[in-house]
Amino acid sequence: MTTLEVKNLAASINGKQILKDVSFTMHGGEIHALMGPNGAGKSTLGYVMIGHPDYVVTHGSIKLDGVELIDKLPEERAKAGLFLAYQTPVAVQGVKLSTFLRMAYNQLHPDSKMKIQDFYDELKRNLNKVGLDETFMSRSVNEGFSGGERKRVEILQMMMLKPRFVILDEIDSGLDVDALKMVAEEIKKYFSDQVGFLIITHYQRILKNIEPGFVHILVDGKVVMEGGNDISLRIEEDGYDWIRGA
Amino acid sequence: MVVEYSREEELERLVHELKTVKTSDWEFHDKDNSVYSTGKGLNKKVVEEISEIKKEPDWMRRLRLKALEIFESKPVPTWGPDLSGIDWENTSYYNRPDERKTNNWDEVPDQIKDTFTKLGIPEMEQKYLAGSVAQYDSEGVYHNLKKVWEDKGVVFMDLDSAVQKYPDLVKDYYCRAVPASDNKFAALNGAVWSGGSFLYVPKGVQIDMPLQTYFRMNGESTGQFEHTIVVADEGSKVHYIEGCTAPRYDKNSLHSAIVEIYVKKNAKARYTSVQNWSKSVFNMPTKRSWVDENANMEWVGGSLGSKVTMLYPSSYLRGPRATASNLNISLAGPGTVKDTGAKAIHLAPYTQSKIVAKSISIEDGKAIYRGLLRVNKGATDAKSRVQCDALLINDESASLTFPHDEIYDPTATFSHEASVGRIGTEELTYLRSRGLTEDEASSMIVLGFLDDVMREIPMEFAVEMNRLIKLEMNKFGAVG
Repeated sequence: MTTLEVKNLAASINGKQILKDVSFTMHGGEIHALMGPNGAGKSTLGYVMIGHPDYVVTHGSIKLDGVELIDKLPEERAKAGLFLAYQTPVAVQGVKLSTFLRMAYNQLHPDSKMKIQDFYDELKRNLNKVGLDETFMSRSVNEGFSGGERKRVEILQMMMLKPRFVILDEIDSGLDVDALKMVAEEIKKYFSDQVGFLIITHYQRILKNIEPGFVHILVDGKVVMEGGNDISLRIEEDGYDWIRGA
Repeated sequence: MVVEYSREEELERLVHELKTVKTSDWEFHDKDNSVYSTGKGLNKKVVEEISEIKKEPDWMRRLRLKALEIFESKPVPTWGPDLSGIDWENTSYYNRPDERKTNNWDEVPDQIKDTFTKLGIPEMEQKYLAGSVAQYDSEGVYHNLKKVWEDKGVVFMDLDSAVQKYPDLVKDYYCRAVPASDNKFAALNGAVWSGGSFLYVPKGVQIDMPLQTYFRMNGESTGQFEHTIVVADEGSKVHYIEGCTAPRYDKNSLHSAIVEIYVKKNAKARYTSVQNWSKSVFNMPTKRSWVDENANMEWVGGSLGSKVTMLYPSSYLRGPRATASNLNISLAGPGTVKDTGAKAIHLAPYTQSKIVAKSISIEDGKAIYRGLLRVNKGATDAKSRVQCDALLINDESASLTFPHDEIYDPTATFSHEASVGRIGTEELTYLRSRGLTEDEASSMIVLGFLDDVMREIPMEFAVEMNRLIKLEMNKFGAVG
């Protein structure tokens, strides 16, 4: 079984310590939620996991099936199977979505014999599933996309690139109720015992559609509480103060 | 959508190539192959020696000496990039590779032939070209023109050979569009020029395949000063391509060419050049065309490599309804300066010009657009459009734009558009987090930025540019 193990992780940006002590272990076939108040370091954790060069890891390890990822480049981590759906996906002028995904797919799955035609057919089907039309194929990555369109494209990328560990950073923000339902549906369909999910969320909203088996609470750069989905329900009711107080 | 797929496939093929082709493919150098050199430095004796070796007619010898005087009287221009790195004293101005000139690759000395073979020149000639000239250091070593065009009166050979064989024809055009007095580097070329091509297309002859000259600079601290003349006589059509490379040395080399293109009434000429000099080359060519009534001139240029490039291809629109377009792609890598642009001079009514300049700056590379649009009084209803797009890769790179307009006719309509895009760590990291390497991510961004111009230019050129840009991005490695 594939395992992602984060141990005593600490990281800073521009000399500012954001993550202080983060540990958790995930397996394929599990859905984890990472919750916490604003400024707790949730998005930072996502960036640190994919190896964003602006962040410096000051302590700890991230192991995927026993292989240390801390020294690995972002592209190497992607090849290892990590995928982060950005909270604010980046627009890249001039790079066509279809070309980009095709190239990325070839990098991630060098042994795949998928023909170009089949790849694009699948891309079209998946665009359809996330509620976007085919014209998005030839548009520049995220350029001029609305917030909601960008989120759908993140899910589309997940569907096309087929990662083993998926981190969803506030995937619900910018999506209306129907869109959220659609996205949650696709996430559930993609989920299998081969795939682990880490859902970073501020609210418990998306978790109504996808029930996590494990909830981790991050406050001020530290995982302060872990448990089942009941924690997320309590947060819905009471906010985070009771955890801070605890 | 079918076309779409083939482009994607093309891209995929190129990406595969990226992994197998290395910069060493053109940065290699041969041992010094020159059998004769005038040695270092420049003076009257050197110029006379060059003329003597070439057994030139007296008129050419006198023109050379006059040009030398002009060269010596003009200061090094200081209005642009820093040129203090040009070592005038230690440059050798003439290096002759071999006595022979031939139209048979088998007669080209082995090592020189190997070089051109490595660069893919004979293969390309066979597949795509109507004719080919190959120059090694100062001299053309090979020229060939397919018989069908020779029979129609087309002349294509290195300029030295043309001076001997067609002196009167050469005289009619030599240094008319670009006189030695134009600038210091044109004067230098006038004094020590060697090689370059002479292409004459007779009236009404339309050549459907391109003709190419490939320049290879091999020696260290040498100068290459070719002079090229293209004449598209009335109603003719021609596409002339130039490619250049040089090995990389620690000492600087100088490339100062002249290109003159004469597009006669109702003729069409296209000049495409891919310049891919190594980082030790100062590249200072002067390129100009005279475009007559109802004629069309197209400049397509890709400027990669070199330490400093100053290049502003100019179109003089001399007859009514003459048109010119100028499409230039400049890539300024780390530590290099690209001061490039275009000039359009409207001298007659109903003339039109279009300039599209795309530049890419990487790390501390500096891309500067410098352009001139001039509409003379009486050039009524002239139209011009200038578009400059800059892409900055990395958060510190810089781009500057110096457009200059001189409009003396009130009926002129003209527009300028400019855009600057910046690609930083965020964009690159986003693409990398999906599995692309840094090189792939940045070359993808660059190719995306160039996509609209790539669609307008010949496929072979687009493929070559794609390939070179990828190599270039690959070479720089750490971006962002």
